Amino acid sequence: MHYQPIIGLEVHVQLQTQTKIFCGCSTAFNPDQPNVQTCPVCLGLPGALPVLNGTALRLAIKTAMALNCQIAKFTKWDRKQYFYPDLPKGYQISQYDLPFSFDGQVELITNAETGESRPIRIIRAHLEEDAGKNVHDETGRGRDSMVDLNRAGTPLVEIVSHPDLRSAAEARQMLEELHALLTYLEVSDCNMQEGSLRCDANVNLHITKDDGTVVATPIVEIKNLNSFRFTEQAVEYEIARQWKAFQETGKTIKDAPKSTRGFDPDRGVTTIMREKEEAADYRYFPDPDLVPVTVTDEQLAAIRSEMCEAPAVMRKRFQSEYQLSAYDASVIIDQGRLLAEYFEATAKLCGDGKQAANWVTQDVLRVMKERKETIANFPLRPEVLGSLIARVTQKQLTIKSAREVFADLLTAEEDQTPAPSMAQIDEIVAAKGLAIVQDDGAMETAIAAVIDKNPKAVADFQAGKQAAVGALIGQVMKQLKGADAQAVREKILTKLSGG
Amino acid sequence: MSLCDLSAGTLWRKLQSGEVTAVAATTDYLNAITQFDGQVAAFLHVDRDTALAQATNLDAKRSRGEPVGLMAGLPVAIKDVLCIKGEPTTCGSKMLQNFRPPYDAHVIEKLRAADAVLLGHTNMDEFAMGSSSENSAYQVTHNPWDLSRTPGGSSSGSAAAVAARMAPVSLGSDTGGSIRQPAGLCGIVGMKPTYGRVSRYGLIAYASSLDQVGPFSTDVTAAAALLEAIAGHDPRDSTSVNQPVPSYTSTLDQPLQGLKIGVAKEFFAEGLDAEIEQAVRTAIDVYRGLGADVREVSLPHSKYSIATYYLIAPSEASSNLSRYDGVHYGHRTESATSLNEMYAASRGEAFGPEVKRRIMLGTYALSSGYYDQYYVKALRVRRLIREDFDKAFADVDIIAGPVTPTAAFKIGEKSDNPLGMYLADVYTISANLAGIPGISVPCGFTPAGLPIGLQLLAAPFQEERLLRAARMYERETDWVTRKPALA
Repeated sequence: MHYQPIIGLEVHVQLQTQTKIFCGCSTAFNPDQPNVQTCPVCLGLPGALPVLNGTALRLAIKTAMALNCQIAKFTKWDRKQYFYPDLPKGYQISQYDLPFSFDGQVELITNAETGESRPIRIIRAHLEEDAGKNVHDETGRGRDSMVDLNRAGTPLVEIVSHPDLRSAAEARQMLEELHALLTYLEVSDCNMQEGSLRCDANVNLHITKDDGTVVATPIVEIKNLNSFRFTEQAVEYEIARQWKAFQETGKTIKDAPKSTRGFDPDRGVTTIMREKEEAADYRYFPDPDLVPVTVTDEQLAAIRSEMCEAPAVMRKRFQSEYQLSAYDASVIIDQGRLLAEYFEATAKLCGDGKQAANWVTQDVLRVMKERKETIANFPLRPEVLGSLIARVTQKQLTIKSAREVFADLLTAEEDQTPAPSMAQIDEIVAAKGLAIVQDDGAMETAIAAVIDKNPKAVADFQAGKQAAVGALIGQVMKQLKGADAQAVREKILTKLSGG
Repeated sequence: MSLCDLSAGTLWRKLQSGEVTAVAATTDYLNAITQFDGQVAAFLHVDRDTALAQATNLDAKRSRGEPVGLMAGLPVAIKDVLCIKGEPTTCGSKMLQNFRPPYDAHVIEKLRAADAVLLGHTNMDEFAMGSSSENSAYQVTHNPWDLSRTPGGSSSGSAAAVAARMAPVSLGSDTGGSIRQPAGLCGIVGMKPTYGRVSRYGLIAYASSLDQVGPFSTDVTAAAALLEAIAGHDPRDSTSVNQPVPSYTSTLDQPLQGLKIGVAKEFFAEGLDAEIEQAVRTAIDVYRGLGADVREVSLPHSKYSIATYYLIAPSEASSNLSRYDGVHYGHRTESATSLNEMYAASRGEAFGPEVKRRIMLGTYALSSGYYDQYYVKALRVRRLIREDFDKAFADVDIIAGPVTPTAAFKIGEKSDNPLGMYLADVYTISANLAGIPGISVPCGFTPAGLPIGLQLLAAPFQEERLLRAARMYERETDWVTRKPALA
């Protein structure tokens, strides 16, 4: 007997609009001052009416395009009705039977080493308003619960995947892939601590019995997972729990309806929230306060023209264009669009993608981590780093010297504005004499001069005293600090041998 | 002589010319309220000081030589369904007994900008559900023509206040006839504009796809002025239509040439009182006398109006009224030990029986398994009703008919008979379903002395035509000069 986990995700993404989806209130995350970002509309006061924020729809369409979804030409708004204190109108404005997008897919990398991938199908993505937040007394003294409506009305895209995921790791990866995609597009900040990206996971197992028959375990929806790690842990736990439960009870999907569980990160377990998924009747119907939206081809073309390259595409391109390994490409891509752009600019300037990748993934990331800085604030701009790497690839500097320059540039940066420039590279190289001398003419001149000035040493050498050449090399090197000692030695020897 | 004896249009013109001050008009109307409202019970809340202060400011503005707005200090009573910043706005419900909106409805902003004087809030059926004011949580309003009878509803107080000359004009809202029906029963002018002509922002929703704010007046002229003041696009209402507002008052007195009037045979069917039919047919003869071409039109689906309306309106209402849950504002029960209990008890205690009935009707109609056969089907019939009108208006300019099947009925007569009450709106509901404008104009009295209304309907955004047609009739008759003995 063996089993195959079957997992689908419902991902909620807050769009990064300045204002809410149906009113002009700010969407800023502001938990310390509850209910200040509110107005009659998002408070659900009598007589207040919603008006669609066009930017929210535009960002939502952008999201759906990135998920390779079909975009509906005609879409409308429906009321999803239920009572809850964080839902001031008693209904959520959402989309029911005509979502603005459907039928998409996301490529999920299934092997980080080889870059092998598999499509995960998207059923639909629809736009809706977020609810507020109930704040309960956690002192155990039974004080009143409070409601904060700052978040109420924040635009939210709900992305529903097919149950195409096959492991907890894949579930996590899918979420990471979406995170990368949506932050690249700048449609969401995807800040999971602030709830900008959160997901529900639907999990069950397909069990192949020893006689070859296949049965499914009851479906469980794990609600409100707000980190990559928790998603993976929760699904992992749920798979093990269902496997154990099946072995003990033999219950299948036919014996129990879908149930809802929550994840307790402290204990690492999922716990039951609703035993029987009550056939919730949300009484959806078209919101008569809002007009349906018709999206034109021109609008779609305009939105499409704003799209940036998707991270998955960029990852593949970095591999082919800059000869990066799948692993290096992923490391760079996963750091976000700004770092990927930083890498690419650097690679272009130095003409060596592999070297650029090494510098960015090792030196730049290390310094960013030490300084707790983002790439946007990193003091070395790509042109400076690119120029530095170019000196290595053009054999003007050794890697060791280049690291020294890199460190010096960063140290120097601490007490200066603007950021370090290419000119400073030259200053440091000159000051420390780090340049590799490749100018044969300069070397020839220096050697000729040294030979002229040291007839004794020359005579000694020609008399068979090999060590005498060392003194000559030392003098040349004194003049040409960045010179390659080996090259100098060879040239002197050639010269003295009558070459 | 009190300024209340002038017709609203005359008073408005005198205010515009400066012949009468806003303070004088406001004072006279406030006095009339003091004198008559004990018997009529039209007002829920009168803010005398604020009204007088507005009038004083306006007069001062005028005396400084500054231009004054279109309303020029005309006092206006406001149905309690429209939010006025800081003033009690209850919608006739216990649910909102202590609610004071932090904002003005769009039409209130427009009235302030047009220099109207706001007299206060008028009584209504709870959440605009009803046709008699008997569903108000606070009081029953009496018909000034016969205090034992209803003024109609749901804009009961706004109609009765104008009929009793306690206000020259007022605002109501019309979802299935809630302006035209009480206007008809009270012998005054009442108009429901095209859906989308007037912003619903700040109008407490009953049925969002049908609700529309409109004017009451003792005559057509001031109704035109009031509509002109409140109409227009409002970006805060997505269903508000962005079309210029004609100057209704400047074209009002121009008679329509070659007017084609349609008479829908369905509006003269069984159930229409003979005395109403008589008065309406006589009114249509007046148009004939003015050279109008009167022809029959057919609205074959109008017989489904009430059934259609009582699926769509309660469906929307069941959703619109979900926000009254006792959590954020409004009535909250004192006795609840769980969240669900709090919801159930708060709503159970604060909603009246008709509101509960419609919430249940609507909840049922939207339930899964019933949605298609009720709500969706009603939407289909609604489209057929609209198409009937489209066809008819391809042929005629105006459709004329009765407003109500009977004159004002006795208070209490239909309070145990909800279906009978629903039938009071049989002729008005189809205009809401079709989204077209309609006006009720006084056209006579029953032998018992109760007013009878003539309803004129026009194609969408033909308010100007409708007002001119109404004014043509008004000039030929003297019904608007009649007022109840009480006033």
